[in-house]
Amino acid sequence: MPGVPSTFYDLQALNRRKTAFLIVCFVVLFALVGLGLDYYFFGTDPLDLTGGAIPVPVATLLATGFAGLSALHGYYTGDRQVLTATRSRPADPRIAEEKQLINVVEEMSIAAGLPAPPVYVLPDPDPNAFAVGRDPRHASIAVTEGLLAALDREQLQGVVAHELAHVRNLDIRTMTLVAALYGGLVLLSDFAQRGLRFGFAGGGRGGRRGGNKSQGGGGAILLLLWVALVLLAPLLGRLLALAVSRSREYDADASAAELTRNPLGLAAALRRIEQAAEPTLSIGRGAAHLCIADPTGRAVNRSEGGWSDFWGTHPPIRRRIAVLESMAGVMGSPDRPLGPPPSPPGAAPAA
Amino acid sequence: MVFFWFLVILAAVVVMWLVGVYNRLVGLRNQAQNAWKQIDVQLKRRHDLIPNLVNTVRGMMNFEQTTLERVISARAKAVSATTVAQKGQAEGELTQALGRLFAVAEAYPDFKSNQNAMQLQEELTSTENKIGFARQFYNDLVMQFNTAQQVFPANLVASSFGFAPAEFLEIAEGDRAVPTVDLTTPAGGPAPAGPAASAPPAAPAS
Repeated sequence: MPGVPSTFYDLQALNRRKTAFLIVCFVVLFALVGLGLDYYFFGTDPLDLTGGAIPVPVATLLATGFAGLSALHGYYTGDRQVLTATRSRPADPRIAEEKQLINVVEEMSIAAGLPAPPVYVLPDPDPNAFAVGRDPRHASIAVTEGLLAALDREQLQGVVAHELAHVRNLDIRTMTLVAALYGGLVLLSDFAQRGLRFGFAGGGRGGRRGGNKSQGGGGAILLLLWVALVLLAPLLGRLLALAVSRSREYDADASAAELTRNPLGLAAALRRIEQAAEPTLSIGRGAAHLCIADPTGRAVNRSEGGWSDFWGTHPPIRRRIAVLESMAGVMGSPDRPLGPPPSPPGAAPAA
Repeated sequence: MVFFWFLVILAAVVVMWLVGVYNRLVGLRNQAQNAWKQIDVQLKRRHDLIPNLVNTVRGMMNFEQTTLERVISARAKAVSATTVAQKGQAEGELTQALGRLFAVAEAYPDFKSNQNAMQLQEELTSTENKIGFARQFYNDLVMQFNTAQQVFPANLVASSFGFAPAEFLEIAEGDRAVPTVDLTTPAGGPAPAGPAASAPPAAPAS
């Protein structure tokens, strides 16, 4: 993707297709593991409609319900939990820096056409930021003290726009769905693995239906494939979840460019954040996908190629910068000099 | 009989589509109107902030009476403007006058050490940005609204529903230019009096 210049509209469309595709993959994986479990252990054949009654895949539905409930709980209470766990406090308008932050959040809310969310500050010297909340009416934005100290107004605008883009694009909802699918998948896989160990050791309790066994070679190969899928499912699920998270990050970057019309502001901010990349200790792993940059400070999110393309919650920072800069190339250079913070207040965006 | 039901279903689909198009267009039009109001809110806020600023800097910037006067007169003109074209022009001039004032103020240590002045500068910078972003949001909505009317097949019915394309809010050329200020005098010394800024004159708002 880097190198190929595109507008933020193209990039948003591309990223949304990517997310949709990944979620479809996730649902298919979930269905294969779940329905296989129902087929081999409970004798429910989801394709068999000859019996009159519609077959009910009990295990699949149970796993879906269980994981869905726990994800929904997180969906409604997660923002409070994260804000409390990170010891965030409301931004204080009497402090000049935090007043500026509040102003920038208001500006970007106007640009996004959203209600201005409450703003929080975390006592942490490492520059980072995150957004929480299930929808624009229940969103909050939090940034670290380190971020306020490290960035100028223009860069702060880029970061806030990225976070507001997560809110506007309903990424919390997407990630909740992903969390539910992942949770359910792990549950199913765990259950199936126990069952397999027990079933095979116990001498052919693998299926209630004798008929399945007599199908011969084809059925056995399918069973083997399914067992392999069950064993790999947690790993595949994790990789899919991370891929969704990365596609949401690219999309939030593209949306931030749309809101600020200044992709270089966010690019400069990412560079600053990269330079200071130390673990943001106060943000746990659970909220990592909500941050502007991976708070765990793991090397995977910073290096490029191979390994990190699969294991990071965020795309490599350098690649994000490259994409943002290619967007700036398409949009044309802004009518003011870049780089050092502009001293006159003419920092109004080029509309 | 089959043909009859086919017609009924077809009619139902067409009606549902018409309702969808109509509601979407109404939604976009109202959003655009709301965005337009938001621009006015921010312009009003800027008008309210300026007297404070003028009072704060009057004492510390004796040399810059012309710059200050220009801000005051631009504000008066903007407040009294009635038509959209007048407003566009007056607000553009006000933006320029303010930009010049702050650029000149950079040279005054008094200004930078005065907390009240810095606060006002931040507020005005933010308001200025909000005006810009509100305008951007308005124009984005106008683009969506117009596109929704012009795409096929919605274009066949949009005008008979009474929808017309909305107008983009253009910026006067002078408004868009960031004032360039020549501060060649040594820091701390008085900045050159007179028209230090050589910004192009504001073009008439379209």
